[in-house]
Amino acid sequence: MHKSFSPAHRLVLVEGEEVKEERRNRVEGPEHSSSPDFNAASSNPATTMLRQAAGHMRGLLARRASVAVTSSAVRMASQGHEVSETVDMSRPMYYDRADVPLPDKPYKDLLTDADKSLKQKEKGPWTQLSKEEKIALYRLMFCQTYPEMKQKTSEWKTVLGGIFFFLGFTGLVVWWQRIYVYPPLPKTFEGDSQAMQLKRMLDMRVNPVQGFAAKWDYEKGQWK
Amino acid sequence: MSLAKPMMRGLLAKRLRFHLPIAFGLAFVAAVAFKYTVTEPRKRAYADFYKQYDAVKEFNAMREAGVFQSVRPSGE
Repeated sequence: MHKSFSPAHRLVLVEGEEVKEERRNRVEGPEHSSSPDFNAASSNPATTMLRQAAGHMRGLLARRASVAVTSSAVRMASQGHEVSETVDMSRPMYYDRADVPLPDKPYKDLLTDADKSLKQKEKGPWTQLSKEEKIALYRLMFCQTYPEMKQKTSEWKTVLGGIFFFLGFTGLVVWWQRIYVYPPLPKTFEGDSQAMQLKRMLDMRVNPVQGFAAKWDYEKGQWK
Repeated sequence: MSLAKPMMRGLLAKRLRFHLPIAFGLAFVAAVAFKYTVTEPRKRAYADFYKQYDAVKEFNAMREAGVFQSVRPSGE
C-alpha cells in the first residue's frame, strides 16, 4: 500500500503491519547496521519514538507471533530485497487528508496503456464515460475515498490503554518514593499539634461570616 | 450522477446565526443563576452577621485567648 505521510496515518498502524515491521526490523538489525531511516523514513523524532514505544510494547506479542509465522519470511527479508524506502520529501507528495482535499500530485504516476487511453477519453465529454470508467479515473487520481479515509480506527483503545498504563506506573513510582524517599513528617502534623492549631484559628475568628469560625458555636464551645 | 451544488458561501454566517443567540442566552442564564444562588445569599449573610456584631466584645474574647501581640491577656 502506498505509504501516506499525514500524521494521522503515521500513528494508525494496523496490527499486522506493525508485527511485520517488527520482524523485519529485528532480522535486518545485524545485516543493515547503518540504515537508520529504514523504518519508514520518518523525519519526525516524536513519531519514531512513539512507534518504537508502541513497538516495544507489542514486541512481546510480536515475538510470540513471529515464531509461529514463518522462517520463509525471514529468509526472504534477509536476502536484502527490502531496500530502505527513502522518500524524497522535497518533491510534491501524495496524501489522503480530510481537511486538504486535493493533494499535490495524482496517486498513480506510472500509467499503463489502458490507463493512458482512459485518460485520453477523459479529455472528451464526460457523459460518454461509463460508471466503471469514472471510478477507475478516480482511483487513478486518489488512493482512498472520503468514507474510506474517515473510517474509525481502534486507535483510541491504544491511547486510553497507554494512558492508564503510564498512570499506573506513575502511581507505583510515587508509592516507592513515599516509602523510600520522603523524609519523616514534621511534629506539627500530629493530632495534638493539629488540635492546638485549630483552636488558635477559632480564637482568631478565621472567616467568621460564612467560613471556618462561622461554624463554631462560641457559647456552647462546640461545632454548630 | 449529478448532485446538487453544495453551499459554497455564508457557512460561518449560518453557524453564527444559529449559535450566537444560544451562546448569549446561556451566558445570561449563567450570570442570573450565579447572582441568585451565590451573591444574594452572601450579601444577606454579611448583613445578618454585622447586624448583631459587637466589635469590642469580639476583641476582648480574642485578647483573652492570647492571639494578639500588641495586647496580652488582661491577667498578665
